[in-house]
Amino acid sequence: MTALLELKDAMIRFGGLVAVKDLNFSVNEGELFGLIGPNGAGKTTVFNLITGVYAPTSGTILFDGKPVQGRKPHQICGAGIARTFQNIRLFPDMTVLENVMVSRHMRKTQGLAGAVLRSAAFLREEAEFRTDAMRLLELFQMEKFADEHASNLPYGSQRRLEIARALATKPRLLLLDEPAAGMNPQESADLMRLIRRLRDEFKVSILLVEHNMKVVMGVCERIQVLVHGEGIAVGEPAAIRKDPRVIEAYLGKE
Amino acid sequence: MKRLLWITGALAALALLQWGCSAILLDGPIRQGPYYYQIMILAGINIVLAVSLNLTNGITGQFSIGHAGFFAVGAYVAASVSYYGGPGIRAATAFLPAVGQDTVVLLLALAAAGLAAALAGLLVGIPSLRLRGDYLAIVTLGFGEIIRVVILNVDAVGGARGFVGIPKLSNFFWVYLLVTACVVTVWNVVRSSYGRAFIAIRENEIAAQAMGIDVTRHKVMAFVIGAVFAGMAGCLFGHYTMYLHTNSFTFVKSFEIIIMVAIGGLGSIEGAVLGAIFLTVLPEAFRGFEGYRMIIYSLALILIMIFRPQGMLGQASLFGKKSKGKRK
Repeated sequence: MTALLELKDAMIRFGGLVAVKDLNFSVNEGELFGLIGPNGAGKTTVFNLITGVYAPTSGTILFDGKPVQGRKPHQICGAGIARTFQNIRLFPDMTVLENVMVSRHMRKTQGLAGAVLRSAAFLREEAEFRTDAMRLLELFQMEKFADEHASNLPYGSQRRLEIARALATKPRLLLLDEPAAGMNPQESADLMRLIRRLRDEFKVSILLVEHNMKVVMGVCERIQVLVHGEGIAVGEPAAIRKDPRVIEAYLGKE
Repeated sequence: MKRLLWITGALAALALLQWGCSAILLDGPIRQGPYYYQIMILAGINIVLAVSLNLTNGITGQFSIGHAGFFAVGAYVAASVSYYGGPGIRAATAFLPAVGQDTVVLLLALAAAGLAAALAGLLVGIPSLRLRGDYLAIVTLGFGEIIRVVILNVDAVGGARGFVGIPKLSNFFWVYLLVTACVVTVWNVVRSSYGRAFIAIRENEIAAQAMGIDVTRHKVMAFVIGAVFAGMAGCLFGHYTMYLHTNSFTFVKSFEIIIMVAIGGLGSIEGAVLGAIFLTVLPEAFRGFEGYRMIIYSLALILIMIFRPQGMLGQASLFGKKSKGKRK
């Protein structure tokens, strides 16, 4: 297996606070990779580094062998990394279908003139965006909400819509920031099935930040543990569960 | 083919209306005819201004208060083209009848106005659209004032005396042709992939960016499209009043356009059209109150904002598919 995403000595400093320090890990093609750690460990900061919200103070981030650190979020999305957000960030006043269709905008081929003149090619592309988005919604069993405003969806469906919207950008790597937050056990179990299915059907690698250990241990093939911005252990779920350093970070020393 | 038929039909309808209006209002028996005609022209120009500003303020969610600046750039550039270049253009097109020569001069002036406003839009947009909220508002306000003061000091366009001697080339036909072009363009842009990108930026900038939308580029795009139409509206305004003075382009004008958009319903194209008509007609309708006119006008605005803060139409659409969901 080849590494799709590779962090090399990634470091970011906010004033006097080193939020992420010399972090090294890699996510392989087609892998389900977990990133865990206590509150404030810097997990979301790592996501923001990878997706270009922040530029690392030093170190490199390689995606598909090419450095992407310091590039703008939309460029990184265009390169094939899509994400969801810990606090849901949908487009609340747009319909569910439109939320998903937005993700296709960067891959459009028709210009403004086509849109104003309603050229045949433009209409064809719009129809294609619509059917594609609809197909994705069907896969998430949300097609019946297509014309509903995103803000009217129940919480769990909003989370699923965020994943659908991220997938519509046709990523090779999908970053999920606490997808199971606020879900009941039934919904988390559904989510785990969904994550595995996405990997198999869309051939995406998935990097997951999650606090729900049942979900992380159940779905991830490898896990990186982050404490105070430093990577302290990486390995398979069974090994991580027994690692004394991890237990100490979460529960303290006896 | 069908589209060509629509365009010819629209042109014919506008020409017919123009002929009807001038026959009934201008040369007809109605004593106040020319007054009503002028209100219709000004309403048309305000519709273009409100609809184009709505693209930036309502659809893309970037609060600009410098729209009168683009209006001024268009008005003065276009007036200069027809005032200084007019005789030359007429000589070059001497083989055409007078109407044809007028049309060529006006079209060139319109193109120059649109181009100049687009350039001004780019110039202001690229640095300022990186700012958010209040900061953007202040920068655009400043820009509008700078334009006005610069014009005030250019002697070639009359400076503080005002620009006199602009040929009367615009009329009902041209104004409402621009209204149609503006409404159709904005309508089609909003109902396209670009429109979804603009609205996504308004709804959540961080998410829009993470979904691959180049936020700054799209903000500038919306801003420039709006500026072009405001500039063209300026062209038709100058060629109707035959006189330009910087007093027509103060920030009060910018606020007036914002009020039109807000009263109609931020983000709604039909709302902007209604708001523009309403705000053009309202102060005229109160003329009977004489000295109390502006007080009553202001009161009317306050009452509307108290009882319908979302604007006359809210974000609702008069036509097209409505969402099943309730609007906030």
